[in-house]
Amino acid sequence: MAIAKIPSTTHEPLLWEYAESRESTAILDLRPKYGLFIDGKFRAPKSRKYFPTINPANEEHVADVAEAGKADVDAAVTAARRAYVDTWGPMPGAERAKHIFRLARMIQERSRELAVLETLDGGKPIKEARDVDLPLVAGHFFYYAGWADKLDYAFAGVRPRPLGVAGQIIPWNFPMMMLAWKVAPALATGNTVVLKPAETTPLTALIFAEIAAESGLPPGVLNVVTGAGGTGSLVVSHHDIDKVAFTGSTAVGKIIQRELAGTSKKLTLELGGKAAHVIFEDAPLDQAVEGVINGIFFNQGHVCCAGSRLLVQENIHDRFVDKLKRRLSTLRVGDPMDKNTDIGAINSRAQLEKINELVDVGLAEGAEMFQPDCVLPDRGFYFRPTLFTGVAQSHRIAQEEIFGPVLSVLSFRTPDEAVEKANNTPYGLSAGVWTSKGSRILWMADRLKAGVVWANTYNKFDPTSPFGGYKESGFGREGGRHGLLSYMDWDEG
Amino acid sequence: MDEVGVVERVDALSKRSIKKDSKRAALDLIIRMIDLTTLEGKDTAGKVIQMSAKGIRPDPTDPSVPSVAAVCVYPAMVKYAVGATLASTVRVVSVATYFPSGMADTTLKVAETKQVVAEGADEVDMVIDRGAFLSGEYFKVFDEIRRVKEACGDTHLKVILETGELGGLDNVRRASMLAMGAGADFIKTSTGKIQPAATLPVTLVMLEAIREFHDSTGVMVGMKPAGGIRTSKDAIKYLVVLNETLGEAWMSPDWFRFGASSLLNDVLMQIRWLETGRYASPDYFTQD
Repeated sequence: MAIAKIPSTTHEPLLWEYAESRESTAILDLRPKYGLFIDGKFRAPKSRKYFPTINPANEEHVADVAEAGKADVDAAVTAARRAYVDTWGPMPGAERAKHIFRLARMIQERSRELAVLETLDGGKPIKEARDVDLPLVAGHFFYYAGWADKLDYAFAGVRPRPLGVAGQIIPWNFPMMMLAWKVAPALATGNTVVLKPAETTPLTALIFAEIAAESGLPPGVLNVVTGAGGTGSLVVSHHDIDKVAFTGSTAVGKIIQRELAGTSKKLTLELGGKAAHVIFEDAPLDQAVEGVINGIFFNQGHVCCAGSRLLVQENIHDRFVDKLKRRLSTLRVGDPMDKNTDIGAINSRAQLEKINELVDVGLAEGAEMFQPDCVLPDRGFYFRPTLFTGVAQSHRIAQEEIFGPVLSVLSFRTPDEAVEKANNTPYGLSAGVWTSKGSRILWMADRLKAGVVWANTYNKFDPTSPFGGYKESGFGREGGRHGLLSYMDWDEG
Repeated sequence: MDEVGVVERVDALSKRSIKKDSKRAALDLIIRMIDLTTLEGKDTAGKVIQMSAKGIRPDPTDPSVPSVAAVCVYPAMVKYAVGATLASTVRVVSVATYFPSGMADTTLKVAETKQVVAEGADEVDMVIDRGAFLSGEYFKVFDEIRRVKEACGDTHLKVILETGELGGLDNVRRASMLAMGAGADFIKTSTGKIQPAATLPVTLVMLEAIREFHDSTGVMVGMKPAGGIRTSKDAIKYLVVLNETLGEAWMSPDWFRFGASSLLNDVLMQIRWLETGRYASPDYFTQD
């Protein structure tokens, strides 16, 4: 061959940056000011007070929202009582089902709008709001709509009846999802609702109120009173409420339980957690890394069932931690409205301060901290994904719920030790186990004192599956057939 | 391997939204990573020479579009491909070792490898003996790869696992490790003759095996998914999985290839769309 081939050069690798890909907010049609949703209509608060809600991703003002005072909560409970007595309580289950199915369909139709708003008001990545939160929200309404006319067959030998007016207080980490977990089963079982959304994330609940009005849900069946802890306290202590359902911190849960002691009100609590995520030596390690990442960094770690306490078998500890660190470095932290963002904004300045405080404690306790070298936006509330190694059960960062993107890594030697450490916490909401051995999964699930045990996966939710805690993580179940029990009483036979 | 976790991971990565400059950079890189392939019983000198012209200059109207990495042909076609790519950077890949079944004695496979190397192939894509692998004769498979590698000399060796016949991700990982241990420069998913061919989950498992091999030996091994990747959108997903599993060092035709044919014109169409904001008719893209 006469002509030599042009030698192919060694190619420079491509440093591939993903261009920004922002979800448009044009789909939103927000009002500058929102009143309270009482008896089927939005109305100005008798308290005359409003408070601002901001976008935690850039600290910009989004809207003003009413702060419900005593007279407002009274009006909401009165409307709920009237609707319970006059319309919703006596309504046949099949008719209630139609209303709830309609709500579910309208949520689906407006799911992009609700997802964008959830991200705007709360800071979670649009990817999660769009692909996790909203599908589950609609799913929950569909699921409980299906139960509304079958309650007589849900539990053998009992005739169920509703409790009456439910006061429901929901947190800021999954505003719409927690709304669905509370409102759907309450309505399906024939109760009416006074809902108090979190003060940092009230907007999607208000859009849901709009949807309810538009759908023809009878006035008073759903009432939304916005405000902070003071408003929540008014709901809990109101004399004409029959049932309180609260999701939030264990500290507040304890206050509510004390408040309700000696009353006839029913109570369910879904509180904090410090879940153990146990990795055995025979686990599929690369997939376990993904599970751990999803377990603690999903929704910036603002998840009550977050796998925040990682227990790794000592003989794979170093190798596993190396893999985790490498994976941490590929997480994309930033504008939650960017479709490529993995970790969005911390929900509020107060929460960011709390995370900072506990991370300082971890450093002072002598744990070794790893954070990837990522650039955070100038404005807004952000925190780097953080990993602490060399953590002992005796450290505060292994005991207290941080509710942020911070993972504490501990080690264990034997399965017995893993169980002992996993259960060595006042909490008991969830746990995770990674092993290739099916028998060990069952052995662990038998012994872990946690309401949910995930095996070879984490943070999986489904409307059919009950969720709730042991010990100081609360009581009562949400989701599934068990979720009906939180909103019904029954007569034998 | 946990299949549920693997599928979940690739699904999550498939949702990356690649737009604007990142998309253009990806499309150029994809072209530079293509092993433009024809592996048919009806292949002729004419077909191979024309396909090589297409590979050298994929879009005759736009000189900024780069050449593909290589053309990939049957052993009998190597001499034509070599002739057609002489004054270019396009390399010649020959499949070998009684592709696609690999059902022949090792000595014959070695002889075939030597022949294609002698005829000027720059790279050899061999198939592993899946029968031996599935009956547990791992050493036989290992030894055969080693002997083919010897026959290759400096010529690059890609080892096709034919993952569609291996029956599960645990075997994909085992075969990947075995091939890399035996000296593969690249590992490759499929011949394209068996369904399923390349899939994202299988590719992720192979990339994770490459990462593990690199962690423990320091040796970089390349990856080639082949068969069934026809659209730019799909190819970009593979790049995302590569980028977020092995990282920047592997984002080069030296370490990643696509075995494909119709993918090329789809990429050209997307480039034209980025440049003009309109989709051009397929008639504007050459078929060779």
